[in-house]
Amino acid sequence: MTSNPLLSCRGLSASVDQKPILFDIDLDIPQGQVHVLMGPNGAGKSTLGHVIMGDPVYDVTGGEVLFDGRNITDLSPDKRSRLGLFLSFQAPVEIPGVPLSSFLRAAIEGREGMKMKNKEFKKRIAELADELDMDKSYLNRELGVGFSGGEKKKVEMLQLLLLQPKLAILDETDSGLDVDALSVVSRGMELYRERCDGTLLIITHNTRILEHLQVDEVHVMVQGHMVAQGPASLIDRIDANGFEEYENELAAQQASAK
Amino acid sequence: MAEKKRTYVEDIDRSLYDFRNEDAAADRKNEGLTPEIVREISERKNEPDWMLQHRLTSLEVYNSMPIPDWGPSIEGLDMDHIVTYVKPDTDQQSDWESVPDNIKDTFDRLGIPSAEREYLAGVGAQYDSELVYHSMQDSAAQMGIVYSGIEEALEGEYADLIRQKFMTLIPPTDHKFAALHGAVWSGGSFVYVPKGVKLDYPLQSYFRLNAKGAGQFEHTLIIVEDDADLHFIEGCSAPKYNVANLHAGAVELFVGKRAHLRYSTIENWSKNMYNLNTKRARCDEEGSIEWISGSFGSHVGYLYPMSILAGRKSQSSFTGITFAGRGQNLDTGCKVVLGAPDTSASVETKGISKDGGIQTFRSSVVATPKAAGSRCTVSCQSLMLDDRSRSDTIPAMDIRCKSVDIGHEATIGRIGDDKVFYLMSRGISEEEARTMIVNGFAEPISKELPLEYAVEMNNLIKLEMEGAIG
Repeated sequence: MTSNPLLSCRGLSASVDQKPILFDIDLDIPQGQVHVLMGPNGAGKSTLGHVIMGDPVYDVTGGEVLFDGRNITDLSPDKRSRLGLFLSFQAPVEIPGVPLSSFLRAAIEGREGMKMKNKEFKKRIAELADELDMDKSYLNRELGVGFSGGEKKKVEMLQLLLLQPKLAILDETDSGLDVDALSVVSRGMELYRERCDGTLLIITHNTRILEHLQVDEVHVMVQGHMVAQGPASLIDRIDANGFEEYENELAAQQASAK
Repeated sequence: MAEKKRTYVEDIDRSLYDFRNEDAAADRKNEGLTPEIVREISERKNEPDWMLQHRLTSLEVYNSMPIPDWGPSIEGLDMDHIVTYVKPDTDQQSDWESVPDNIKDTFDRLGIPSAEREYLAGVGAQYDSELVYHSMQDSAAQMGIVYSGIEEALEGEYADLIRQKFMTLIPPTDHKFAALHGAVWSGGSFVYVPKGVKLDYPLQSYFRLNAKGAGQFEHTLIIVEDDADLHFIEGCSAPKYNVANLHAGAVELFVGKRAHLRYSTIENWSKNMYNLNTKRARCDEEGSIEWISGSFGSHVGYLYPMSILAGRKSQSSFTGITFAGRGQNLDTGCKVVLGAPDTSASVETKGISKDGGIQTFRSSVVATPKAAGSRCTVSCQSLMLDDRSRSDTIPAMDIRCKSVDIGHEATIGRIGDDKVFYLMSRGISEEEARTMIVNGFAEPISKELPLEYAVEMNNLIKLEMEGAIG
């Protein structure tokens, strides 16, 4: 582990509606690496992704988030985005009346190194749509409205490739993605890695999308606690045994603490 | 028309509308209302006697009627202090160069002359109580289309027709402010589209109320004969004063058999305005009326354009948006009368309230016993931008016919935090994110507007949203 990770959570605790939901999380992700975050349903994986991105639904009650050498704990999500942080949503929202292309234009507006004329911008997003096997007519459609789960994923990947963040958190659904959508997500991740040596935190149950990626480290969460971390081989172990051993371990720890 | 160069409305700030000119009025009637004032207005206009009688009768009706007790309060409107007639210091012109500089400057700043050059077939511009400009392209005139000030039309070829139609859709007895209008109306446009004539470019009238503490009472009368087609645009604005201004115009639209009329309005009166406007259309067999209506300005607004579907298979569609911000109480909606077999009507409205603003959707659908086979759908969606604001829906239906199909749906919602977070996570600021969501909400309406107006509407929304955060 390098001394200066790109992303660091130190003793991060958070609550929602005054109910504690994340407990004292430590997480370090060095630049250029691929990390996987695993855990059973309701372990707080998505919550951690949202808290790192600054979702105001959650209150940070302790600890801090450091990104690229800065303490971003109190920054609004748009500022975090502009520093190079990205979160791909499990369930991207629908914004009726707002064409996808206008939304993308607003997302890159004023970003350093992303100044482009309208023509150039249109060409760029059309190229990305091609690469992701996305029908270009979607670019003129209302953001998310009537999109299938797979199409929504493509739009998320398109944004990842357009924005080229320093670090992307991909919050993947446990189910509901068909083979095509899975391959789009895989392709998006590969292109992102190739083009900007991207750093990834992948939240997933489905290890299939990890097949083509060299995973550097795996983190395991249970009930809002970070309970284990280790090399890629951990994935196989979890595939075989599930999370039971981690759950038991946490229960034992909590019992002895009392 | 799509390839034509469009006028582009730059980002606007309220000062675009808020600027006021020194009172250019040559003649300003005393405040308050008496038969003498009514006679004087009539005399000054050199009107036929029937019109004077109409005014005097209307005044009597006005004095005998109570003020409405069912909508937003109009207590701040002291009729004894509203100036009913303000004549600008010019006669009506047909070229902008002859319009006095200060008045021309107003319309320049509002972009009217440039819009006329680029995409309109004709323009009328009213300043306070009188039209200061009226002009139409020769090609439209050659088609037999008449577009003129209604007062000059009272003396011309169509004088009898006007007499037949004037205030028959909106009789003075309809409500107190219709009566007031009947007594003191001044200015407005007359449009006549002969049988079978279809005009590809819109006509536009723009109403500007510059005088302080005054009323504007223009009358718009449009007759679209059988098989004819017209798009008419109405725009209005005023600078802000700290005393009440009143707008009580009347719009009467006659749509012939198989004829089509599209009537678009963006109303952006200043926020000291009481907008008590009445608009009504009557459609004959297979005729259709389309209302596009944007209400942004005014302190208090009562506005319910009405479609009377009098002929078999006639149609009405109403698309409207109302944005009520701080200090605004806007009661808007529409009325539909299904008065013949197989008529159809659709109503789609969006309402937005913010900063303590009150927005009410009020509709009335009446199906008469003759309406067999008719249908009507009403859909209204409201968006409240904070906890201090208010949106209400008051739909009324009066169904006197068994075989009609009437549907109503209403939703009232807020901006989802998840949507704001999603947009912000892409680097979009909170204010911009909310503006984007509101603009998206309004999009079904803005896409119906002529481009210039759609841009203006988006800018108005942006303006309203500024400083909405925190």
